[in-house]
Amino acid sequence: MRRLRQFAADFGWPRIIIFFFLVALFFAAPLVGVRVDASLSDVFNRFGQNAFFVLALVPMIQSGCGLNFGLSLGIIAGLLGATLSVQLGLHGAVGFAGALVLSAPFAIIFGWLYGKLLNKVKGEEMTIAMYVGFAGVMFMCIMWLLLPYTAPDMIWGYAGHGLRTTISVENYWIHILNDFLEIRIGPFFRFPTGEILFAAFGAWLMWLFLRTKTGTAMTAVGSNPDYARASGISVDKMRTISVVISTLLGAAGIIVYQQSFGFIQLYNAPLAMPFTAIAAILIGGASVKKASMLNVVVGTFLFQGLLTMTPSVINSWLQTDMSEVVRIVVSNGIIIYALTRKTKVSK
Amino acid sequence: MDEAVPLLSLRGISKDFYGNVVISDVSFDLKRGEIIGLVGENGAGKTTLMRILFGMNVIRDTGGYRGQICIDGQEVRFQSPFDALDAGIGMAHQEFSLIPGFSTTENIVLNRESMRATPLNDVFGERMSILDRADMRKRAAATIAKLGVSLDPDTLVSEMPVGHKQFTEIAREINRERTRILVLDEPTAVLTETEAEVLIQALRNLAASGIAIIFISHRLHEVIDVADRVVVLRDGVIVKDTPVAGVTVRDIASWMVGRQVAADRVGEGPRSFQEDLLEVTRLWVDMPGETVKDMSFTVKRGEIFGIGGLAGQGKLGIPNGIMGLFPAGGQVRLDGRPVPLNQPRQALQRGMAFVSEDRRGVGLLLEESLEWNIAFTAMQIQDKYLRRVLGGLFRVRDEAAMRALTEGYIDLLAIKCTSPAQKAMELSGGNQQKICLAKSFAIAPELLFVSEPTRGIDIGAKRLVLDALHKYNRDQGMTIIMVSSELEELRAICDRVAIVDEGRITGILPPTAELAEFGLLMTGERVSRTRP
Repeated sequence: MRRLRQFAADFGWPRIIIFFFLVALFFAAPLVGVRVDASLSDVFNRFGQNAFFVLALVPMIQSGCGLNFGLSLGIIAGLLGATLSVQLGLHGAVGFAGALVLSAPFAIIFGWLYGKLLNKVKGEEMTIAMYVGFAGVMFMCIMWLLLPYTAPDMIWGYAGHGLRTTISVENYWIHILNDFLEIRIGPFFRFPTGEILFAAFGAWLMWLFLRTKTGTAMTAVGSNPDYARASGISVDKMRTISVVISTLLGAAGIIVYQQSFGFIQLYNAPLAMPFTAIAAILIGGASVKKASMLNVVVGTFLFQGLLTMTPSVINSWLQTDMSEVVRIVVSNGIIIYALTRKTKVSK
Repeated sequence: MDEAVPLLSLRGISKDFYGNVVISDVSFDLKRGEIIGLVGENGAGKTTLMRILFGMNVIRDTGGYRGQICIDGQEVRFQSPFDALDAGIGMAHQEFSLIPGFSTTENIVLNRESMRATPLNDVFGERMSILDRADMRKRAAATIAKLGVSLDPDTLVSEMPVGHKQFTEIAREINRERTRILVLDEPTAVLTETEAEVLIQALRNLAASGIAIIFISHRLHEVIDVADRVVVLRDGVIVKDTPVAGVTVRDIASWMVGRQVAADRVGEGPRSFQEDLLEVTRLWVDMPGETVKDMSFTVKRGEIFGIGGLAGQGKLGIPNGIMGLFPAGGQVRLDGRPVPLNQPRQALQRGMAFVSEDRRGVGLLLEESLEWNIAFTAMQIQDKYLRRVLGGLFRVRDEAAMRALTEGYIDLLAIKCTSPAQKAMELSGGNQQKICLAKSFAIAPELLFVSEPTRGIDIGAKRLVLDALHKYNRDQGMTIIMVSSELEELRAICDRVAIVDEGRITGILPPTAELAEFGLLMTGERVSRTRP
């Protein structure tokens, strides 16, 4: 009993409650006519789709820059890479890899500038980051219209220029990761092996990076910048590196998301994406100052599970469509809860 | 009123902060028109005593005080500084509390301005009165005249020299009609010698008009100049309360620093050293509150060099400046080669290490394990405790080596902890200090700076820390520069002790020199023989 209680304290009551709520939803699902195997398949798919966004938050949390509310900048870099890849007519694995490679220079430049800015506003990073993200998205709303893209799959048919709000990647690199070694059981259950493997690879690289000399220095900067400086570490440099890595992962994240979702979403789409990622890592037990790979995996799974199950079960039960409302309430509610309550990290 | 009853009388005042006694059974009297000089080292309890007298909230929040304060023979117990003001106690602080954008007059009569009624008063009441500037100016001028200084009533505070700010602050206190007791905390610290003389004359004028003054200062000759009586506090106890007549600066200095316990110096004679290791020439350091103005000194290879002095005089600025933590200039040469300033990494790579006085702020990663705390600097500077993985593609932390290192130091320095993975914040102050030492030992420096190594730790831990330094110096030949406010520990382990005052070194003494000589150097009194 005592060990159980200790485990509960370590794991954190919020996570336990959410876990049992999720289990309850799975039990309730058949009663209101929602298929469990299809739901499970959804949960795994969304886990793979979103894991990179959540992973992208880790370096900045570790370096003391807080939660990356400006992850939209990385997403914009990813959108640029994806659209360029389509513009160049790259297909299949080459198209997917091309998108990743083409987005990297943008992510590095955006991240570097963004990092410079955050170094000037120490202590206020999260507020500033949110506005940087919003401003970046709005600026790109103009640019998507003006940039000289010409691929017919992407531009408005009637005007002859300017990018559409949603661009299908069906002819390019849809499900390139999902279909790799995919496991199908029955007509409804699909396990996106490639996508999950890719996420696991990313998490392993991050785990390794945090154990290198630079990763150690970055964590020390987040833990106590004065200590780090006295040990000869350049605090600003470490923080900038963490922002660049976060932005790069954000760019990769949106491309993974697109191959699974099937569409490149432009204009206002990146606006709210950082919030779901932040809600996930906070559910996972991370604090504003510390995050681990376990936080990322547990958090993404619980949060995406909740986002998949709550709307479908509630909709079927109430016979109305409230999915979007429920999603917004759940994700923002969790951010508020976590930011006000969170004092220490859960294991 | 009966002249025999003292104006202010303190009876058996005691105060502890969570069991740490800072004032113990302090009693003295203050008569009308008398000036008392209150002296003592940093931490002797002067400030706490004045806070009690002034009814500061911090005293009540930490459990109040014991003993009695009587004014005119009546016991008073102030609930807030306002009560103290009403009872006629004025206080001029070391840091000025003046409004920079207001003129002298406005500052002096602040919140007691002269008012003139207007027709609006009939409708809206007193709040609609307007300032009677002519009368305010007259009152300010009268106060300034009472003080006997020349001060323009119309200058803005922001445009005044510091000396005038100090006068303005005092003028504001005596402008209150009821002020009968004036407390001055280090009023001359920021003044030039001539300004100080003017102030002292002003204080005499005030005393002659019946105001009693408590004058706190480190400048002992001024105390002798101005005070009728001198009260010496040491470790929270009054060690001397005597009329000033016949007392010399040297007497006061030795009362201030003298300890009952003699320094238990390790039984060995003076050592001699040949080679110069560190040469510092015209060093300045811009460290807030610890400014170094112009310092030159040389440290020999293998010695323990002590730097002492009162707080705020610049002794802490020396290691912080040389190690690149605060903006610094001048020349520092290690082994004859110049050390670039303002670059902590360079200083560390050249074989210098620093145990900071700010243990929790700079010295430790409180939320990380002891392994991290001890190995981090060595890992970052010397690439130790790393191992290659994936065929040399990455170098990651060698957790096993870090653990072995930490366990070694836990044994060596007798660090009390549950395991090397324990968080640094969970250790006691003394054990945290040992972690800081271990961190510096781990990079095997040629020259080690230790700053306030025994601050805030108990006696047993102090002994262990000092022994560890002594051992590393003797066994490994590590040169150590130790900065400390505690003269006794400097005298106990150092080969030479430099004393710092106002950003400059006033003298270097052997540890066996008389206590009074250290005291004189600390208070900036020039003595004829500064070098043995």
